[in-house]
Amino acid sequence: MSEADSADSAPNPSAVERRMRGVLDLLALPLRALFSYFGDHALMLGQALRGLGYRPFRLRLFLEQMNFIGVGSLWIVGLVGFFSGAVSAQQAITALRMFQQERFVGATVGISLAQELAPVFTGLMITARAGSGMATELGSMRITEQIDALTTFAVDPIQYLVTPRVIAATLIMPIMTMVFNVVGLIGAYLFAIYLENIDLGQFIEQFRFWTDPKDYIIGCSKAAVFGVTLSVAACYQGFNVRGGAKEVGLATTRAVVAGSVSILISDYFLIDAFHILWPGKS
Amino acid sequence: MSQPPASPTTVAEPTAPGQPGPSPLAVRDERWQIRVRGLHKSFGVQHVLRGIDLDIERGRTNIIIGGSGQGKSVLMKHLMGLLRPDAGQIWVDGEDVVAFDDREMGRLRRKFGMVFQYAALFDSMNVVENIAFPLIERYKLSRDEIMERVRDLLRKLDLADVAGIEQKVPPELSGGQRKRVGLARALIDRPEILLYDEPTTGLDPVATKNVDEMIRRTSDEFGVTSVVISHDMASTFRIGDRISMLYNGTIVVNGTPEEALASRHPALREFVETSGLVAPEANGPA
Repeated sequence: MSEADSADSAPNPSAVERRMRGVLDLLALPLRALFSYFGDHALMLGQALRGLGYRPFRLRLFLEQMNFIGVGSLWIVGLVGFFSGAVSAQQAITALRMFQQERFVGATVGISLAQELAPVFTGLMITARAGSGMATELGSMRITEQIDALTTFAVDPIQYLVTPRVIAATLIMPIMTMVFNVVGLIGAYLFAIYLENIDLGQFIEQFRFWTDPKDYIIGCSKAAVFGVTLSVAACYQGFNVRGGAKEVGLATTRAVVAGSVSILISDYFLIDAFHILWPGKS
Repeated sequence: MSQPPASPTTVAEPTAPGQPGPSPLAVRDERWQIRVRGLHKSFGVQHVLRGIDLDIERGRTNIIIGGSGQGKSVLMKHLMGLLRPDAGQIWVDGEDVVAFDDREMGRLRRKFGMVFQYAALFDSMNVVENIAFPLIERYKLSRDEIMERVRDLLRKLDLADVAGIEQKVPPELSGGQRKRVGLARALIDRPEILLYDEPTTGLDPVATKNVDEMIRRTSDEFGVTSVVISHDMASTFRIGDRISMLYNGTIVVNGTPEEALASRHPALREFVETSGLVAPEANGPA
């Protein structure tokens, strides 16, 4: 039998089969894009961590980033923390008053701040302030060929630019989360004691009884992971800018969106993970 | 009158790929420092470099001219190893750099200095930190040693008299000053080869002339091999020892300025005639 014959006798896909393949391809497209997105970010994280393995360690750049991400965000984190604590106390008192249990407000606010509000809100604030700054700075460096210039001096741009930012964000996030916790509790305390006349002793006693270090360990661990995700998202967007000022702006927007979304999504999975690790504490 | 066929003014040597044994280009040549053969590069469906054959003369100012979007910067990035070719060879001092790994590429890049189109100075650093950057990254020198070399270069490049120059940050510098600081940064580690990416773009005529003189003087004083990407024909004939023209992804002219002026290649004729260097259909300078 000739080749032409065999080609003629090959079964042709039916219309239904072709349509099914089309639908599957269509469904695979966003999935492929999603894997590619996470793959690229994971690759950048891997390269950034590899940068820790060889000299120079660039301590000065690391401290500069700690200063930019941490000290620079202190006011905004404090401000948001104070009002988040106060609003949480207000909501908790409203709900607890229905059962005449408003003495638990210290415990309620303490636990929700430690495990959820502080790490997530701090992550979102740092993404908005420092993540956007990172993306803009790296994007500007890319379009003005400063990153190419680093390469011409035989300097690894990932080790020089990305590693200090990722490590600084990862280490500073738990610290900023604790700042958020402290200021948030002050906000809750002032609102509950001075505006809602909650008993001071009850507020403190219930807080001390119901919260324990594990709540803060969970919150700070989550914050460290958020530090990784927000910094990698910001660096990735900035580092891969092509074009001009408009693209830098778009990259900054993408960095904030990607950082915020990744914080909220990873928060869900982290809660699940801690629920398995520490039953009853998350 | 019929046009003679367009051809390079120098005849390319036999291409190494496909030949048995080591390439004759794989030895250090006293005249040619960089030799490129059969270089191809595509970005997606766009075939930018289509078989580049080019020789860069040691210690001379080599100009690569060509229209916008012809791939001049792409070619330059290949010379320094910032891009990898799809096919072809690049020999630098007899070493085939296309096969280099990252570590060897790092060693190669120490031979090069690059002056970027808009200087590419680091915004977060002042002038001294910018110029000293390669030294700080590569060596453990004392602050005094670094400052001595930085100030020496500032003097040689006529920047020392600018008030407060050392502490100025890039946005405080004029276009010409930025170019010179960029050149100082490229020169600080005493490279053997200096690459200039369109150094006179965006400068007024006086600043352009100053930058031309700076390139010429740098080549003479420091004895470096200069490779200049340009589409400024006046500058090209003012400072060039060798002129190559990149057109449609290949080098169509490669020779001395006199040979380039005598070339009948239509693309080069158009470049030369529209720049006013020669009258249309004439062979000599205007």
